[in-house]
Amino acid sequence: MKITVNVWRQKNASSKGRLEKYQVDHVSPDMSFLEMLDTLNQQLMAKGEVPIAFDHDCREGICGSCGVVINGLAHGGQLATTTCQLHMRKFKDGDNITVEPWRANAFPVIKDLMVDRGSFDRIIQAGGFISAHTGSAPDANGTPIPKENADLAFEGAQCIGCGACVAACPNASAMLFTSAKVGHLGLLPQGQPERQQRVLKMVAQMDTEGFGGCTNIGECTAACPKEIGLHFISRLNRDLLGATLRGGSTVD
Amino acid sequence: MTTEIKPQVDVRLPVEYTDARVNANIPAGPIEQKWSKHKFEMKLVNPSNRRKYTVIVVGTGLAGGAAAATMAEMGYSVKAFCYQDSARRAHSIAAQGGINGAKNYRNDGDSVYRLFYDTIKGGDFRAREANVYRLAELSVNIIDQCVAQGVPFAREYSGYLDNRSFGGAQVSRTFYARGQTGQQLMLGAYQALSRQVAAGNVDLNERTEMLDVIVIDGRARGIVTRDMVTGKIESHLADAVVLATGGYSNVFYLSTNAKGCNVTATWRAHKRGAFFANPCYTQIHPTCIPVSGDHQSKLTLMSESLRNDGRVWVPLKAGDPRSPDKIPEDERDYYLERRYPSYGNLAPRDISSRAAKIVCDEGRGVGPGGLGVYLDFTAAIKRLGESTVRERYGNLFDMYERITGENPYKGPMRIYPAVHYTMGGLWVDYNLMSTIPGLFVGGEANFSDHGANRLGASALMQGLADGYFVLPATISNYLAQGGLEKVDTTHSAVQEAVQSVTALTQKFLDIKGTRTVDSFHRELGKIMWEYCGMSRTDEGLRYALQRIPELRQQFWTDLRVLGSGDDLNQELEKAGRVADFIELGELMCLDALERAESCGGHFREESQTPDGEALRNDDDYCYVAAWEHTGEPSKAVLHRETLHFENIHLAQRSYK
Repeated sequence: MKITVNVWRQKNASSKGRLEKYQVDHVSPDMSFLEMLDTLNQQLMAKGEVPIAFDHDCREGICGSCGVVINGLAHGGQLATTTCQLHMRKFKDGDNITVEPWRANAFPVIKDLMVDRGSFDRIIQAGGFISAHTGSAPDANGTPIPKENADLAFEGAQCIGCGACVAACPNASAMLFTSAKVGHLGLLPQGQPERQQRVLKMVAQMDTEGFGGCTNIGECTAACPKEIGLHFISRLNRDLLGATLRGGSTVD
Repeated sequence: MTTEIKPQVDVRLPVEYTDARVNANIPAGPIEQKWSKHKFEMKLVNPSNRRKYTVIVVGTGLAGGAAAATMAEMGYSVKAFCYQDSARRAHSIAAQGGINGAKNYRNDGDSVYRLFYDTIKGGDFRAREANVYRLAELSVNIIDQCVAQGVPFAREYSGYLDNRSFGGAQVSRTFYARGQTGQQLMLGAYQALSRQVAAGNVDLNERTEMLDVIVIDGRARGIVTRDMVTGKIESHLADAVVLATGGYSNVFYLSTNAKGCNVTATWRAHKRGAFFANPCYTQIHPTCIPVSGDHQSKLTLMSESLRNDGRVWVPLKAGDPRSPDKIPEDERDYYLERRYPSYGNLAPRDISSRAAKIVCDEGRGVGPGGLGVYLDFTAAIKRLGESTVRERYGNLFDMYERITGENPYKGPMRIYPAVHYTMGGLWVDYNLMSTIPGLFVGGEANFSDHGANRLGASALMQGLADGYFVLPATISNYLAQGGLEKVDTTHSAVQEAVQSVTALTQKFLDIKGTRTVDSFHRELGKIMWEYCGMSRTDEGLRYALQRIPELRQQFWTDLRVLGSGDDLNQELEKAGRVADFIELGELMCLDALERAESCGGHFREESQTPDGEALRNDDDYCYVAAWEHTGEPSKAVLHRETLHFENIHLAQRSYK
């Protein structure tokens, strides 16, 4: 296959970027999207041009490092698929593909297709944990947890923190990301003592970082490679309302 | 092939060959009491004094993340570093299958002792008994700790935790979270770490690569790092340094590791005086998706848990052109079930991988190039129904389909072995301290617990045992012994380390040759896979030992790295890593040549039983090979730590 790509090139955070057009020859349908970019980079370096910077690591869809907007869609629009798992067989010979970084105020571009997602880490630091000091744990089977709750908690816990939800949202909201963690921990008995404080603090941090508000558009869940559902956002809203009314107290 | 190169080996070895430099410091007493006794005897640091000590932790995976979080909880000042953009992305996240814990929740005869026994046997009697027993002991605490953190392990309808079985074991002791156990444990550790970052106890530095260890008065006192965004090279000082930087499978270029996984932290520590142990022990995982072409950038593992229900087979006839559904039962060879009736498809990884290589070498492999075997779920789908199979392995099946474009519910998967894990690593004593005092090593980066082959679901166990429980205790003991002078960045050793990193970084940019970093990496990978992969020979290893120095020479004269060192430059990062991989590759081949026996993942064709199983030579090789750097990989000096088996008798491993 032969492909034309328009790739966002930006030297660093303070410089202006632009789309550059490149032709990639010898694209195999079995290549992943990132392997196509690897091929392009080898081609560029052979001509003495600086290769395109992009984040990637595990290349099996779990680390959450990779992620670019492909033809306007976060991760390229294939259901439940990260950029590294998207394969060129989904494209046609002669296709013209536009590749851009995530776009959001809270995810500033560092270089080319790479962005800074430190804001996600700070949301977790604000309260996305259960304070279980090492060594203090009771027996693992001490508290049975209904399978339904455990399974639902797992659904939220699957979030890979890639940021596609933010990139897909017209408001650049981080509600799906935040709610997945609030839901995961709030569904488990271990997560109850800090439940009220957790949601208040995480939402406050989300606002501080400059993410937009949620207006229930649902683009986030469509772009999510782990298919995390909108019901987590409803759950967060319910927790947030309750916690706000109680002033963050766990005592009724 | 020529056979010019001489290995650095003695002709005849004495029975007891431990030298003082590799004293394992194993506590005295019965194996069941060693750890608890040692814990009591170790010195403590008063809680109010802990803040005065700084501990550097490099790597934020299971071992590093857990160690950093736990030591911060205890009150130490922790500085943590990772090359990823977030601590949550360390490669522990990609582990699929599960984590062992000797809980005996199934009432099927499991115990700490049995997990200990299985791990020693699985490691083909090349691991240290005391370390492995401690690992088995701590396995139960890990499960408790993770559940308390909110790790959503799979549960039964009763609400109690579910288990499954894994290769090399006849009990169900593996806890799991669908096919994403590593991810869930990783996020547990990451969240504990995040809590400590927010509390101000951990200074976390992402997108920062460690490029050297600072050794002052013979002790590890800090590291030199490069900020991967700004290019700034800096020193960081501490009272103790922990390396939890993972394994070196990427020396093969194609492996199941993340693209960024590298040996640089441990290799640079090796060059500063830390011995490298058993570098040739690598694990080739039997269930990976086969290579599809020259563009391939990495290989993808399909969890070993698939072998619980999938059956492995190839056609009986070589070169059978029929599609799998057209091949009747009696013309199929379920070779694992045939050769290992009691373990069947759950035979350990090294054995399953080699068995796949053998049938493919016989011309019975399937798929493009004949490098693949079938993993067939037809019987399982018939027995359990598609929905149960989907519940158990859904995400793995989806992943297979995304990568290959084939639907595994309709026909068998094709799998082939790929490099997955490295049992070798920096040599450590019982306290997980390397030969540089103050430099501790945890997780896959050390060599300590898996011997010559790691059993499934035990990497996560080891990483967390080291991080949550072992390192915090042994580092406290080290710090409590005192004698650490105050040092600052004006010290000549600090200056020298910073200057050498700066000079090396510039050197890559100044070569201005013609070849890319990847082209060298791929070439190295081919040499390693061919001559130091699933099976190894004296002749092949000697050939590799000639080829690798030639490649190194070309690398240093013909490399081309574009851009500058003053900003984000991914090619420059890779150049440093590949330079280290080339040197490591040479040491691996030397180690593999020196160990003229087969054991676990190290299969020397000259040393096999009449039916093709690995043949150990306990008289001559029952030791840990710890290599000391003396300027050149080829001139590395071998130190031997004798392994003593006082509880489990040395026996030929059998899974028949």
